[in-house]
Amino acid sequence: MAKSYIPLLIILGVTVLNAAGMAAASHILNPRRPTPQKAMPYESGMIPLGDTRHRFSIKFYMVAISFIVFDLETIFLVPWAVRVRELGWGPFVAVFFFVVVLAVGLVYEWKKGGLEWE
Amino acid sequence: MGEMQELSTFWFVTVAAVKVVAVFTVVMGVVAYMTLAERRVSAFIQDRLGPNRVGPFGLLQPIADGIKNIIKEETMPGTAAKFYFVLGPALAIMPAVVTIAVIPFAAPLPTPVGTVDMVVADVPIGILYILALSSLAVYGIVLSGWASNNKYAFLGGLRASAQMISYEVALGLSVIAVLLLVGNVTLTETVWKQQQLGMWFVFPLSLAFVFFLISALAETNRLPFDMPEAESELITGYHTEYSAMKFSMFFIAEYAHVVTASALLATLFFGGWDIPFWTGDDMFRHESGWIRGFDEAGAPIPATPSVLITLLTLGAFCAKTGFFLLLYIWIRWTLPRFRYDQVMHLGWKVLLPGALGYVMLVAGTMLVLDQLEVPFGPVYGGVLTAVSGVTTLAFLLFVDRDRVIAGAHRKRNLARRRAGLPAEAGDPAVSS
Repeated sequence: MAKSYIPLLIILGVTVLNAAGMAAASHILNPRRPTPQKAMPYESGMIPLGDTRHRFSIKFYMVAISFIVFDLETIFLVPWAVRVRELGWGPFVAVFFFVVVLAVGLVYEWKKGGLEWE
Repeated sequence: MGEMQELSTFWFVTVAAVKVVAVFTVVMGVVAYMTLAERRVSAFIQDRLGPNRVGPFGLLQPIADGIKNIIKEETMPGTAAKFYFVLGPALAIMPAVVTIAVIPFAAPLPTPVGTVDMVVADVPIGILYILALSSLAVYGIVLSGWASNNKYAFLGGLRASAQMISYEVALGLSVIAVLLLVGNVTLTETVWKQQQLGMWFVFPLSLAFVFFLISALAETNRLPFDMPEAESELITGYHTEYSAMKFSMFFIAEYAHVVTASALLATLFFGGWDIPFWTGDDMFRHESGWIRGFDEAGAPIPATPSVLITLLTLGAFCAKTGFFLLLYIWIRWTLPRFRYDQVMHLGWKVLLPGALGYVMLVAGTMLVLDQLEVPFGPVYGGVLTAVSGVTTLAFLLFVDRDRVIAGAHRKRNLARRRAGLPAEAGDPAVSS
């Protein structure tokens, strides 16, 4: 079945060429008249104060960690999902408990305030 | 008749190249005209004219925009991380176009060199490939937000990443519900199973469709979920510092994502290229060749691919995808933007538990139906439709809790009551 992946390589190549071509075409064709004002980050017309590389809210990390847990859960469900009718009730109960365990985790995170955005 | 005519390797690669070029051109063309459609439809909704000067009905507007974007000057902040600043838009545009490769767009086409699948790549990993690649899109957005060295762009990039990964969970889980019924991850089989069931999955899996539609809106950063570029808060978010062609690359990426999401919605829930109420177009690659279905004894009935059926099914697929493209525009110009905390609450507290419960419900119903030895067909789908319909109704009423469906009415009456006036007739809030 490896043959069926060849078109994917072709379309990947076409897309890369397209992205590179777009960037290159505008790089060649556009004028460049830089001034100090143009080279300043646009922050609503204010002169930027301080640096962007600051610490930011831990909420974003929390979301990322929860995402990994539940995205992995989704992937673990796929092999069972495509064979659910052949597998029958035994695996269904097993998956049910798997989902319940993770749901309890979600409830815990919820109650601890991990999903709150103020 | 119906015998499998395999393409030789030479023809396979040649045909694949032709299909890639054709699909790529069509997607880019649709993207270009989506920008025009968006402006014309929004103008129609807001009772304006919209761009109508360049060519008849403004039809040349996308070309004029393209030329303008290529020859405009580009700016880059002096403090930007140059390499990642250039890499960002390129990374944004690639996954959007590549994902469409596994979506079948018509019934197989007979040619002198063999029968050609009307899908760029019929890979056995199908939906997994789409899930994997569409999540790469977040890299382009985060990288460009970070590399701009602009506080608003940075915040936009952060918001985008948090939002996209939040909704990816719900998206993945609603796809699991489809996999339960399909029994495979390829999209060609998804279409085939919908033909076999005799109904599109939007009926037996209505709640999964609702979840998928909401998540797809959030994944493509379209209103009402366009937090990453909320212009009232973040200028334009992650692409604030981008101008000229790099700016339009982000736009092409966004619309390409919309096209892919529409094609996916059509394939997963609306039968793909299946023509409704007609079994003549049912076709699937079975071991022995192209089949139309199975007779009572379980023997495959051979099918005959024809050019006419290919064209008709292509039309059906385009019509369905076009409907969702219009729906996207329609939603954008109808609904106001959510607040960021509301977006995250919807994703984690409503869609995720809802989708988890729904997957278990569908699986349980299917196992009960199999226990009762109901054959995979209209009755099977009908029972699932009833179960899903009740669940969807319950879900919508729970999410609404009198806020939207009865909301305006309630608020108006509340105001009347405060002013000492009697409530309007037929008010549900008064009788309770």
